[in-house]
Amino acid sequence: MAIILDHVSHIYEKDTQMAAFALKDVCLTIPDGQFIGLIGHTGSGKSTLVQHLNGLLAPTGGHIYFNGRDIHDDGFDKKELRSKVGLVFQYPEHQLFEVDVFTDVCFGPKNLGLSQKEIQLRAFDALRQVGFPEEYFYQSPFDLSGGQKRRVAIAGVLAMKPEVLVLDEPTAGLDPKGRDEILDRIAALKAETGITVVLVSHSMEDIARYVDRIIVMNRGSVLFDDVPKEVFGHYRELEAVGLAAPQVTYIMQALREKGMSVRTDVTTLEEAEREIMRSLGGEWG
Amino acid sequence: MGIIQASKLVFEYIRRDEEGNAEGVTRAVDHVDLDVRQGEFVAILGHNGSGKSTLAKHINAILYPTEGTVLVDGKDTKDEAYVWEIRQKAGMVFQNPDNQIIGQVVEEDVGFGPENMGVPTKEIWERVEESLRAVGMYEFRKHSPNKLSGGQKQRVSIAGVIAMHPKCIILDEPTAMLDPNGRKEVIRAVRALNQVENVTILLITHYMEEVIYADRVLVMDQGRVEMQGTPREVFSRVERLKQLRLDVPQVTMLAHELKKKGVPLPDGILTTQELTEAILRISDI
Repeated sequence: MAIILDHVSHIYEKDTQMAAFALKDVCLTIPDGQFIGLIGHTGSGKSTLVQHLNGLLAPTGGHIYFNGRDIHDDGFDKKELRSKVGLVFQYPEHQLFEVDVFTDVCFGPKNLGLSQKEIQLRAFDALRQVGFPEEYFYQSPFDLSGGQKRRVAIAGVLAMKPEVLVLDEPTAGLDPKGRDEILDRIAALKAETGITVVLVSHSMEDIARYVDRIIVMNRGSVLFDDVPKEVFGHYRELEAVGLAAPQVTYIMQALREKGMSVRTDVTTLEEAEREIMRSLGGEWG
Repeated sequence: MGIIQASKLVFEYIRRDEEGNAEGVTRAVDHVDLDVRQGEFVAILGHNGSGKSTLAKHINAILYPTEGTVLVDGKDTKDEAYVWEIRQKAGMVFQNPDNQIIGQVVEEDVGFGPENMGVPTKEIWERVEESLRAVGMYEFRKHSPNKLSGGQKQRVSIAGVIAMHPKCIILDEPTAMLDPNGRKEVIRAVRALNQVENVTILLITHYMEEVIYADRVLVMDQGRVEMQGTPREVFSRVERLKQLRLDVPQVTMLAHELKKKGVPLPDGILTTQELTEAILRISDI
């Protein structure tokens, strides 16, 4: 069970003078149960890539397989694919439209042709999974705060029971607490259900904190694909393509350059703290 | 006298239900006093819904006070006769660059503001050139804005404001939608305007690292100014900021955690360099 991208290319406005490569020969395997971070500067091809995962865009070259079958074969059920690979767009709260929160979350499963009971059960489950308080279930989604609206939008996708959840910058515009709450919820959901998560983010600190694998896109190609420690070890190359490492990685680099014996492959706050305490040793360690 | 003076500013709006019936009154800004001097760089923090954007919109007369007064360069924003003058003196840059750019060519877009002000053609071109140079976008003057990256578009938006020769620029989460490089470009441009051209800056952001260069940080909560001081003073109060749904830069957080473990570090460390130096001082090296 996996998504496989086999030499996938995508050219926008092919056969015109405007033709431009958005994806170039991308080969990736997304197996079950991983928490993947997808990073790259604006225009690097992240969003184009993400839209290939559930067949919203078709490759102009190469193939995409979902659970062993080419998703662009005749007779492949795209509707089912889109319920299995759930895509949460940027600012998803702009897509809320129903009279109350619960009805809005029911919209997806309703389109799957499920029984009324099953639809409601799924909506209830999904809202619980994103930590949405029950007393607001029958409020208009438009009266909610930014963070709560976003939870409702994510619940709408979860109610489809996807096997893969793709989130395109789910925390853009949220305050720091709102950001942590959403990401903690997603991490908990992943731990509970084993769902595969692909997180697109511009925050290197968030990526380092949550994911077990990072895919770095640059000019439509995969530049790095590895565990966070390895990827952030290439911080100079990352800077050259408009990215960076988490702040703590730079601190460890600076300490090491000044002669302190610390590891430099540190990417999270907790690790940095442990490593500095260990190195200081003696009195405080 | 300050360029921006708000005294006992209150802003209330009427909440309405689906049918348009009044449900109650929300006080979004609650007795705010603010005095910003010409050339000051003020950052405003606060969780979603804390009133910071509502406050900002008073400064270029998009909103008017329910109670109290706002003076921009000595002119009352409530006085309709001054609206255009105030909007020229206090320019605003918003979150989404795509909603702010209207021209087909970068230099036309930047010239739009001064053209509307009735500036003579020759001077418009001079202003366009100097504004694009100030944000480092002069070489892109003949480009189409929709081919630019997010950071570049946002710098064009800022140039469009500068071309009107404002005394003050208000930026409402200008980097929320940008990648790390785009964020750096925008913040660098803003700091340069502040330091070189002495333009007063009001920066609203959720990125704590962007605040460390400010002369003063205001923290809003429930429509009030809950805390204010230098970045060092404000970021020394880690626990209080967390209660207000905010955060501190990762470096500051690491220093705070090390300090809790007994490592003797000063409060309010803001940069990688400060932390590295402080650690090296107490280590054996």
